[in-house]
Amino acid sequence: MGNFMLRRSLLYVPGNMPSMLQNIPIFNCDAVIIDLEDAVPLSEKDAARHLVKHFLMNYTERNKELLVRINPLDSKWGYEDLKVVLPALPDGIRLPKADTPEIVERLDTLLTEFEEELDLEIGRFRVLPSLESALAIINAVGIANSSQRIFALAFGAEDYTASMEIERTKGGEELFNARTRVLWAAKAAGIQAIDTIFADVNDMEGLKAETELAKRLGYTGKCLVNPRQIEVVHDVFAPKKEEVDYALQVIEAIQRARLLGTGVISLKGKMVDAPVVKRAARVLRTAYAHGMVDTLIDEEAIHGAQ
Amino acid sequence: MKIARKVQAGTMQSSDLMVFLEPAETLTVTIDSTVLKQFGELIRAKVDEVLRRHHVESGEVRITDRGALDYAIEARLETALFRAAEE
Repeated sequence: MGNFMLRRSLLYVPGNMPSMLQNIPIFNCDAVIIDLEDAVPLSEKDAARHLVKHFLMNYTERNKELLVRINPLDSKWGYEDLKVVLPALPDGIRLPKADTPEIVERLDTLLTEFEEELDLEIGRFRVLPSLESALAIINAVGIANSSQRIFALAFGAEDYTASMEIERTKGGEELFNARTRVLWAAKAAGIQAIDTIFADVNDMEGLKAETELAKRLGYTGKCLVNPRQIEVVHDVFAPKKEEVDYALQVIEAIQRARLLGTGVISLKGKMVDAPVVKRAARVLRTAYAHGMVDTLIDEEAIHGAQ
Repeated sequence: MKIARKVQAGTMQSSDLMVFLEPAETLTVTIDSTVLKQFGELIRAKVDEVLRRHHVESGEVRITDRGALDYAIEARLETALFRAAEE
């Protein structure tokens, strides 16, 4: 939790469209994923990576996390994408088709080589692997632990349903097992879990319902295909006022408990102990990002002084 | 860098530009732009700078601009130059 970073909304931006790239600074999402993969036709792969490189080099006053989705490493474009784009210093790489831990390890090694060559701190470039096939879902636990650079696992339902030879529905029943397995792997590894895109940009109710489901299950963020989706997703991930008030009471109660020399106390008839405090801390950090509380909760309030 | 063959790069979307390159004995640059009156000089300066940096001494360079910013002009022109130089 020490390196907590809010990633509720990760917006895809096509890599070969200047009109979209130029809007990145004004989008109010937490992160963008500039896409060199599916949004770019095969004949324009070279053009898109040059455009993204020059855009990033000129975007020096950055106000959000910047990831680049490269082409798969086993394609003929993946390595070249890294070579051209990394010197322009994105924050991380979204790796498509991360089917096995070995694929992520290969990316990790390449990133280390580039960091050495560019004289950067080792580990600077983070990695967000896309789990988007039956094989990736089976390997989720191994993938989550395959590199120190991984800050989250991303579930990719479009390719996943294709690999399963099934249709994706708005109810999402067919995704339930995969969604849960990605979550278990992420939580067990102590990293975040990012839910898949919702493709119908005109169906805000559907987007809201799917985001609510993802949040209930334990996802901390969602990938988006259109800036109009940002607000809906932020609303869902924003803590309710009652949640924030309760969380503040929890922190106050546990601090009182510590003064009494105990780690457990009753608040309105409900037990408050370490896991409850941790959950409250998470609510307060998210609330802080939404401007709902003034101060960022510190580690000592969560764990007590040693 | 040598313009060894006829190529193009970019798109006709707004905020973008098309670059057309062709081999020629001498270097000529023509620019057409939706914002030629206001920004023609600046576009020209950027194009010249990129051509100089890549040591382009001959060829026909044609730009059709749709209001692109500097970074896009640089990127599209570079893409075209790499394409023109490839075997």
